[in-house]
Amino acid sequence: MIVTGYVLEIAQVALALLLAPGLAGFVRWLKARFQNRRGAPPWQPYFELRKLFGKEVVMSNNASWLFRVAPYIIFASTVTVTLLVPMIVAPLALDGMGDLLMVVYLLLLGTFFLALAGLDPGTAFGGMGASREMTVAAIAEPTIALAIFSLALSAGSTNLGRIVTQELANPAVTVSPGHLLALAALFIVTLAETGRLPVDNPATHLELTMIHEAMILEYSGRYLALIEWASWLKLTIFFTLLANLFVPWGIATTFDPAALTLAVLALIVKLAVLGGIVAVVETRVAKLRLFRVPELLGASFVLALLAVTSSFLLK
Amino acid sequence: MTWLLVVMIAGYGIGAVGALTLGRSLFVRAAATSGAIIGAGAAFILGSANLLSGQTLTIQISDILPITGFALRLDGLGAFFLVVIGLLGVPVALYSFGYSAAYEGRYSLRLIGAMLNGLLLTLSLQVMADNALTFLLLWETMSLSAYWLVVTEHDQPGTLQAGGWYIAMTHIGFAALVAMFLLLSGGDAMSTSFAAMRANALTLAPLARDAVFLLALFGFGSKAGVVPLHVWLPMAHPVAPSHVSALMSGVVIKMGIYGLLRVTLDLLGGGPAWWGALVLAVGTVTALLGVLYALMEHDLKRLLAFHSVENIGIILIGIGAGLIFRSYGLMALATLGFIGGLYHTINHASFKGLLFLGAGSVLHATGTRNMEEMGGLIKRMPWTALFFLIGAAAISALPPLNGFVSEWLVFQALLGGFNIPVPEVAVAFPLAVGMLALTSGLAAACFVKAFGISFLAIPRSHEAEHAHEAPLSMRIGMAILALACIALGLAPFSVVPLLGGVLAGLGGLPDTRSVFTLDLMVQAPAGFAQVSPTWIGLGLLILLALIPLVMRLMHVNRKRRVSDTWGCGRIGQTPRMEYTATSFAEPLRRVFAELYRPTKELSIDFHPESKYFVKSIKYSSRITPLFDRVLYDPLLRLIQRISRQVRRIQTGSLHLYLMYVAVILILLLIAARWF
Repeated sequence: MIVTGYVLEIAQVALALLLAPGLAGFVRWLKARFQNRRGAPPWQPYFELRKLFGKEVVMSNNASWLFRVAPYIIFASTVTVTLLVPMIVAPLALDGMGDLLMVVYLLLLGTFFLALAGLDPGTAFGGMGASREMTVAAIAEPTIALAIFSLALSAGSTNLGRIVTQELANPAVTVSPGHLLALAALFIVTLAETGRLPVDNPATHLELTMIHEAMILEYSGRYLALIEWASWLKLTIFFTLLANLFVPWGIATTFDPAALTLAVLALIVKLAVLGGIVAVVETRVAKLRLFRVPELLGASFVLALLAVTSSFLLK
Repeated sequence: MTWLLVVMIAGYGIGAVGALTLGRSLFVRAAATSGAIIGAGAAFILGSANLLSGQTLTIQISDILPITGFALRLDGLGAFFLVVIGLLGVPVALYSFGYSAAYEGRYSLRLIGAMLNGLLLTLSLQVMADNALTFLLLWETMSLSAYWLVVTEHDQPGTLQAGGWYIAMTHIGFAALVAMFLLLSGGDAMSTSFAAMRANALTLAPLARDAVFLLALFGFGSKAGVVPLHVWLPMAHPVAPSHVSALMSGVVIKMGIYGLLRVTLDLLGGGPAWWGALVLAVGTVTALLGVLYALMEHDLKRLLAFHSVENIGIILIGIGAGLIFRSYGLMALATLGFIGGLYHTINHASFKGLLFLGAGSVLHATGTRNMEEMGGLIKRMPWTALFFLIGAAAISALPPLNGFVSEWLVFQALLGGFNIPVPEVAVAFPLAVGMLALTSGLAAACFVKAFGISFLAIPRSHEAEHAHEAPLSMRIGMAILALACIALGLAPFSVVPLLGGVLAGLGGLPDTRSVFTLDLMVQAPAGFAQVSPTWIGLGLLILLALIPLVMRLMHVNRKRRVSDTWGCGRIGQTPRMEYTATSFAEPLRRVFAELYRPTKELSIDFHPESKYFVKSIKYSSRITPLFDRVLYDPLLRLIQRISRQVRRIQTGSLHLYLMYVAVILILLLIAARWF
């Protein structure tokens, strides 16, 4: 039984790694369709990964060892998060290793090194991206913390497995005002943290508004492959959090093969629905000016604060 | 254990005397360093032995001080702070051997060496003081020896002014402490021993207890650098020699925390909820303002000093939450809050000590504290860069380092806020959670700036280009603290129960050594949440080894070519094209413009022929901190106005002064007769 739990952990990591490029490709493809373009097929990111892993690395002569180490740290920290987030089964065998705060700060670890790597080659682009990324990350932080607070209030724990099982046991919680407000707040934060419109534009390389793409401009070859894969993985993680923390049904609570198969299918459906929503949002809204982004995140903070207060008063 | 105390005092004593009497400067430095290492090492062992055994050490020497004698008593709380002092004292002493070599011939090495030992001695005894007179005497000696160390580089601009601010603020705090102890001693009996005060505090009127608490918060807050009493800190810490800055930020300001805990929790035995709420509010404001001003700072050491203000705020958030929970009888949560605060205290001592030592190495190598003149140091000083990076990641609360653990504990304590039955108090907790999260996010941004601009990319000045690695003694000093950051991050399962033992019995807190589990996990009480930084750290390490291995097995292209940075077709990259610290912080400056209110000055000199040709552009921008603007500037103006009025009665005539003396004397005699 215990061994199965650990095998499932590894299987979940493998599943996340496998699904992540597909999810990113799916959103891109759907967006293209919405915009009346044919678009690259959803599996294009897999080809990109294979191409990048096959290419040599070209490094800036200003870069230091940090530039070489950063992709591994970013990738490793993101993969560690997938060990903690319940994707197909809850609670996970390693549920007690880390809670939501651990997840948030592990992702911050990746962001921290990504921003440093952006500064390392000494280009203005990299510095610009690093500065903006850290600004957005810092201002998004209070919303995340309050959303965690609100979830923890109803579940009585910040550990993800406990939150999910509590909700399955008590479904009324998921439609409480506190929960819905927290969902709205976390959705805005998801757009900001994963570099989607209206905060950042994942489709552009040469625009003064870019954030994520500016930081990784100097990366190539296997380093770029690792960073891209990690950022797709981050998208998958945030979508999974939105899906399984707010709509937990479908997730397996036992190691029964039928339940697990159902859970994988449910996860894919949930990710696809969220991907569709993001594709619609990205088609409908324009990119915000950078200095308007704090207003958006401020609004999400207010939503999260309302979420906590209402969970609190209705408890 | 008494012999360890003797070794400690003897070590510091030999260090100080040796530094003052030996001839050659090499011997002076060696004596100061070895004395301080012996003393601080003994302090560390003494503290740890006390924490592990739980025994209390009591020593009473009645002949030294009049009235009450010199009383020392080492209990759990004191032992914990003694461990912090020892933990930082040893590497700082080692570091000072290499660092003060550069002072030879410019400043007095004897004074620095003797004062360093003196400061460490008074700090180590401070946490054992068991009566008010001993406490105040040591407090004043500590402040004065720190003052002499701060003004070491007295010929540099700003040093004496910073020293002046420090000495003024610390004495305002001292006055509050004297008044506080007078209230606690109960008037006529004049029993100044802490045991008597503990008994006395129970019989005090509630109003008097409130007054004691407020005076303690003010007096100890001025030492700790609590907003708005923090103004001296970003001035005094940067101008001191870097190892002294490390000691001041790491330990000296923590004496404020020690004092606050000793008085509110131990002597007063806790109080009503509003005490905790006040501490929580002050802590939140301190943390947020500290980090916001740090972001705008481009002087590396001033930036670190503002972060000390921030971290004192985080410690106070933990303590404030603890005090609130205690007043509602939620003892497990109260202990969690206090443990978070104490854990952050030792964490801050290790990473801030490390960062100040790192900044000192940079200053040693480049001669500047201005980040805009650094850059590229990671290649020239790889060890310093690595250590600074560890410190930067730790202070940004990134797992698996120590900053994360203590912030997690504080977060968990705050999340427990819904257990409080009074909604008006409980709603403060989500706000504190939000502000703490914002603080830690901004701290991460600030340290990307601090490390990225100073150590990465192309050197921005001639000095940075020719920087050199720090000497061995300095590197070892930093290495010890870097290891402490890692160890404290990976081993919370053994630290947390120890802290539980420290708090047991203080202010009626239960012994929670058994509440927290020991199986590599840290668990909030009542199974609210659990994490294991140890396993997460191990997992990260395994993955870091596994990823390159898998990539090799999959025959990933492993070729690497070094080439020019891509420049949109332009060739030749210069440091002027790099992002600067100012530009890095610009987005946040706009976001928080309401608070900063920056003043801008832009003057463009056009060519006389056409305004499309610019000869030169001059841009300057300034930020005046909020409390300077609204509190200290008006206050200083008022004091100056009063001084001018007072000057009228000072004519310089001796006869007049004699008359003043006579009149006052007669008035006093009459007053004495009257009462």
